[in-house]
Amino acid sequence: MKTFIEQLINGLSLGSIYALIALGYTMVYGIMKLINFAHGDIYMVGAFTGFFASTYFHLGFIPSLLLAMLVSLLLGVTIERVAYRPLRDKSKISILITAIGVSLLLENGGIIILSPQVRTYPQIFKQHMYSFFNGIITISNQQIVIFVVSIIMMVGLQLIIYKTKMGKAMRAVSTDADAARLMGVNVDRTVSFTFAIGSALAAVAGVLVGIYYNSIDPLMGIMPGLKAFIAAVLGGIGIIPGAMVGGLLMGVIEALVSGYGSSLYRDGVSFAILIIILLIKPAGLFGKNVREKV
Amino acid sequence: MIKLKQILKNRLLIFLGLLAFYGIIQILLSTNILNDYYEINIVLMGINVILAVSLNLINGFTGQFSLGHAGFMSIGAYTSAIITYKLGLPFPLAILIGGISAGITGILIGIPSLRLKGDYLAITTLGFGEIIRVIFLNTEYVGGASGLSGIPKYTNWTWVFWIAVITVVLIKNFINSSYGRCCVAIREDETAAESMGINTTYYKTLAFTIGAFFAGIGGALYAHNFYIIQPETFNFMKSFDILTMVVLGGLGSITGSILSAIFLTFVYAVLQDYAALRMVIYSLLLIVVMLFRPEGLMGTKEFSLKKLFKKGEKSSEFTVN
Repeated sequence: MKTFIEQLINGLSLGSIYALIALGYTMVYGIMKLINFAHGDIYMVGAFTGFFASTYFHLGFIPSLLLAMLVSLLLGVTIERVAYRPLRDKSKISILITAIGVSLLLENGGIIILSPQVRTYPQIFKQHMYSFFNGIITISNQQIVIFVVSIIMMVGLQLIIYKTKMGKAMRAVSTDADAARLMGVNVDRTVSFTFAIGSALAAVAGVLVGIYYNSIDPLMGIMPGLKAFIAAVLGGIGIIPGAMVGGLLMGVIEALVSGYGSSLYRDGVSFAILIIILLIKPAGLFGKNVREKV
Repeated sequence: MIKLKQILKNRLLIFLGLLAFYGIIQILLSTNILNDYYEINIVLMGINVILAVSLNLINGFTGQFSLGHAGFMSIGAYTSAIITYKLGLPFPLAILIGGISAGITGILIGIPSLRLKGDYLAITTLGFGEIIRVIFLNTEYVGGASGLSGIPKYTNWTWVFWIAVITVVLIKNFINSSYGRCCVAIREDETAAESMGINTTYYKTLAFTIGAFFAGIGGALYAHNFYIIQPETFNFMKSFDILTMVVLGGLGSITGSILSAIFLTFVYAVLQDYAALRMVIYSLLLIVVMLFRPEGLMGTKEFSLKKLFKKGEKSSEFTVN
């Protein structure tokens, strides 16, 4: 029971991070039907920005988090502007190939610029364990930070999407881009805004992972990126609460597989989940089936 | 009849040309003018031609975007290595069984996943490729993470060249057959193809299986060229490598795939010590090609000497467009 709860808490912390990344995937997919393969690498850039900010500029947690969000945001918007926008009317395959290209570019550019070595993240929060119920539940302060920050981000996102004009525009574009344009929505700006928010959330996830696992490297974005994508599909791609639930579920499943089975099977299990969900319920847990129209 | 004679004459000329090309390289290799370093890379070019052409059948001609080619390749590699290294059976049998086992895997993966389209299919095939890798990673019989080493080196220029020729000829003939036409129809418009009475699932799975079969053969040749195979060799970066070749050459052009496979293997050899730089170049190629020439260098056109000599005259052969 104790290990189970321990793994559950680990899984939920990892899952919050997946959820933050998955939100970016799901929003971008919702608005332009593109799997942004480079999203995991934006998360990596966010983690590195946080690392440099706190190691070399000695910024505190909040300032380095904000700086990481800003850098990733600019990067995300630039990628959209340069690589994706010119192809928006072309076939989906060519934009997917471009996304793969951007992802490879960021990973290997990262290796060249940042060197492939693994960096140790500074201990922004000295690790401290809290115990509840005679030690049945133990939780570290880092995990608490992850939960609190993720919850703030998710609530903030919900507010942006449902309470602001830009959020309304996002919802409109994701429902029908052409109709939204006819109604006077600036689609280009809305898409840029979506990329900005998604990338900023990925940066938050990057900084949190740095704090949680203490190590980062230029290829760190590949697997979490893919798993967050799986989380987005699991919850129903394009659906924001789906991405949150999917992320948490993925984290918990992964922690339980590592805890009770072999960590070598972890990646395999994630992909198996993807395949099962795509074959049984491709619309995801929260999704509705949409019939193909000719 | 005259036409038939003409075609046969052309075929014979092509065959003689290939034979001469094979002979020249073989002489250069056996007289050691081209040393072992060149041999390894020339063999690698041949293997990459096989892989790129077979992926082009799936991605380019049938329009089913697969990212799992490295997975099929690893099945061929491991199966063939078990056959020669563990069981001591002959190499040709290993190649064949390597291909067949990859083909069977292709059927098993293809039937469920080809129900999906576009980016979903891409990520599912990527997932299957990774699952295959994880399975090899956890199988002690084939060495787990450290891989299988000590595989006899059987692959040489002769094997690679002729298998590559056979691959290209078979896939070209497949595309120019009624089966291939159905595949191209599916690429152009799946719904329209279906309404014309084409059993899309059947043809998609067929193309997928043939592609997987040749990927397996490529994997078998690969395993017997490098002494060692590891699960890490066949991760999805390998699939992206092959994809770059296909995209650069043109989705739907066999000659394009051949040329770009040769060119990119050359780049690979030159930049061997700078893996990251190589991948940066690959990624820029992918982005730039997509932005400025989304159909790839050759588009769906084929390079042919006949057209080069008789400019302006329409070729009598029916080409895929």
